[in-house]
Amino acid sequence: MGDYVLDVNGTVVHVTAPADEPLLSVLRDRLNLTGTKYGCGEGQCGACTVLLNGVAMRSCRTPVSAAATAKIVTIEGLERHGVLSPVQQAFLDEEALQCGYCTSGMIMSATSLLSKTPNPTDEQIVGAMNGNVCRCGTYPRIVEAVRRAAHAAEKGAQ
Amino acid sequence: MNSHNIPELENFQEQYWNHSLKLTVDRRNFLRLLGGGMLFCLSYTPARAQESGRNGGGHELPKDISAWLHIGADGKVKVFTGKVEVGQNIRTSLAQQVAEELHVALESISMVMGDTALTPYDMGTFGSRTTPTMGPQLRTMAAAARQMLIEMAAERWQVPAEGLKPIQGKILDQQKSRWIAYGELTRGENLVKVVSGSVKLTPTSEWKVADTAASKVEGHDFVTGKHVYPSDIVRPGMLFGAVLRPDGFNATLESLDTADAEKLPDVKVIRDGDFVGVAGADASIAKKAIVALKAKWNTPVQISNSELFEYLKKNAESEDDSAHRAGSVEQALANADVKVESKYTVQYIAHAPLEPRAAVAEWNDGNLTVWTGTQRPFGVREELAQALQMPETKIRVIQPDMGSGYGGKHTGEAAVEAARLAKAAGKPVKVVWTRAEEFTWAYFRPAALIEVKGGASKDGKLVAWEFHNYNSGTAALGTPYDVANQLVQYHPVRSPLRQGSYRSLAGVANNFARESHMDAIAHAAGIDPLEFRLKNLQEPRLRAVLEAAAEKYGWKNAKATPGRGFGIACGTDKGGYVGAVAEVEIDSASKRIRIRRIVQAWESGAVINPNGIRNQISGGIVQAIGGALFEAILFEGGRILNPRFSRYRVPRFTDMPDIDVVILDRKDLPSAGAGEIGLIGVAPAVANAIFAASGVRIANMPMAPREDVPGEAQSTFKS
Ligand code: FES
Ligand code: FES
Repeated sequence: MGDYVLDVNGTVVHVTAPADEPLLSVLRDRLNLTGTKYGCGEGQCGACTVLLNGVAMRSCRTPVSAAATAKIVTIEGLERHGVLSPVQQAFLDEEALQCGYCTSGMIMSATSLLSKTPNPTDEQIVGAMNGNVCRCGTYPRIVEAVRRAAHAAEKGAQ
Repeated sequence: MNSHNIPELENFQEQYWNHSLKLTVDRRNFLRLLGGGMLFCLSYTPARAQESGRNGGGHELPKDISAWLHIGADGKVKVFTGKVEVGQNIRTSLAQQVAEELHVALESISMVMGDTALTPYDMGTFGSRTTPTMGPQLRTMAAAARQMLIEMAAERWQVPAEGLKPIQGKILDQQKSRWIAYGELTRGENLVKVVSGSVKLTPTSEWKVADTAASKVEGHDFVTGKHVYPSDIVRPGMLFGAVLRPDGFNATLESLDTADAEKLPDVKVIRDGDFVGVAGADASIAKKAIVALKAKWNTPVQISNSELFEYLKKNAESEDDSAHRAGSVEQALANADVKVESKYTVQYIAHAPLEPRAAVAEWNDGNLTVWTGTQRPFGVREELAQALQMPETKIRVIQPDMGSGYGGKHTGEAAVEAARLAKAAGKPVKVVWTRAEEFTWAYFRPAALIEVKGGASKDGKLVAWEFHNYNSGTAALGTPYDVANQLVQYHPVRSPLRQGSYRSLAGVANNFARESHMDAIAHAAGIDPLEFRLKNLQEPRLRAVLEAAAEKYGWKNAKATPGRGFGIACGTDKGGYVGAVAEVEIDSASKRIRIRRIVQAWESGAVINPNGIRNQISGGIVQAIGGALFEAILFEGGRILNPRFSRYRVPRFTDMPDIDVVILDRKDLPSAGAGEIGLIGVAPAVANAIFAASGVRIANMPMAPREDVPGEAQSTFKS
């Protein structure tokens, strides 16, 4: 067991956990941030995606000890003062979900993509999101939602 | 644990209802169909299911309005149903139907679903039954409630009910220009009235809410991570549980040394026969404890993929009287100008819902509450009662909207495990299956061996049809084409792997075989595959979707080239009709197959929420691509060899074709469910497209696996 100071969604939190415990378990089981999901534990599905210093990472493959110095953002941290982020809003508007279990991870991956590439081509969207699985097969709408979020951000910036 | 067949109620229901095929099943047949050896669901007896017909497990559906809906003093409407939301959007579509009949705003309705303490008994959410049965049930109750509210207002005002109208949660007396809100009438009291006889429902042609593309209720919670899934449930003082899994299927525990595990801090090891589990303060310690257990298992010799189809053929428990026969296939084949005979195979595949099985169990004074992800909360309550030897009345099962199931979560394994661990630990326990556990210890979509013989005359008239399905089931078993001489038979087998329901059940396998075979006959006779189908098809609804799909694709003017081809297929099941055209591209060097486009025309009666339906159909198509091209469970010696996403390939973004969905809305026909049949046209359309592009007919599903499947001829293609 080790003591860690984490910066999660802008709040500093202290946790005690084994050094090799995945960040995913720390978020879900110790901090009760259950919006981040378990899907495979081997970095293959993207359900557990969070942002580490703005970049999409698989929290199931990130030991808590490695996350201690980073700024961590989870799905719970995207909404600001009751306003959804452009990606969240786009997922809602496109209804780019069925059971919604993949949705958190999808939104985090898309957020990471758009922060680096505000105007992605379809190939770039597919390339960046391909590590995220939607078993309900909502892919076409998810691509649509990412496009929509990109447009919304563009308009907002003008 | 024994490998065995999970009760397939859909199968049963199909057989019960499919009069055209005369496959009515008696008690004995049904038991045989289930293949004995059931460890749980013991009270899930066929006799009970049979008595109950559509409505549920020997449990009479309550006829009281108050069992189904409640209107609070504030006008908020609560609707109670034992159905569960798993992504198919019925929380929204059912609420829309209630809003329609009750004349209230959609936002004022909240659905209470899948809670055995609060909702009427329900057999489960499967078989695309929600829309055709639960929809009308709730509409009936809502319409009766509306009528009752009108009468209450009439009484209060001492005016005839005929002059009053329900509008947006109020009863309006136009003559006197006055109104009264529903909540004011009920004051939150139950609407006590037994609904008997038929209640007049709003005709679908007059719908204003039910057929709109209303957006998903509670959508906001899903995009913010607030929605609480079964695996997210937390209870005060909760421990984390894990279960020791055998080395292989059907293994027995020979010896167990728990000393090391018990040395770990705050870990409790629980053993009950072959069930061994642990409960600890967090998931990490529970996992460590499982690893520290030293167990020796005896695993019997078992078959693998390589012997699968031989096994299915040899172990069929066929009964002559279960066959559908007409005319003489033998004679007709002898006289046919064109004859084609083929064998099709379909591998076991996994549902792999993204949220694996999960449950939290909590005991209070001998009463048990379990939160779990299941398509059958009442079925899980039965399982728990059986496993823990206690009355159902002391058990409550709650089903939070879950990370889907696709027919794969009919059972309550995690619920039983959590309940046992919680009982022994004296604290609430959460069990979340790992992906490997979900891949191994859930159940699979049945494998299929299908043998087909077909014959046609020179001018393209289908004259003979013989079709044998081994193991996978009866969904869409019969041919929708007109053929005088037929022999169609399902041969049940005691499956070597634990198998059960899957979205569309055997519909995928049976349509794959039939529509591939129709294509093969068309090519052998030198007739366009679409023309050949239409020539032999009278069913107008099926013709309509077939023609609509061809039209949308541009079938008439399309030309296949080497490396690029298109194929067509159609099918019907559970009251829905689907026509599909697929276009594939095959790279000449790598032999890699890409599906470029899928057009699917769809008709399932009157459309309820076209937005939800589109999502379901498109999702069904995507899921079907996996089974068609690359999904396969590899198994050997009682073990699953590929129980993870890195070896079990599922459809991803890069696999997406362009998808065109054409919905034919038949307002004049009752609504059928949409969750399943979206899958059945894809595999055969793709197979036929591959043939058009390459001249190679692939008769094994998956058609282009990433890893070779032992026992199958190596596929020419890759995906
Ligand atoms: S749970 Fe982390 S990638 Fe699947
Ligand atoms: S919506 Fe169910 S997994 Fe994506």
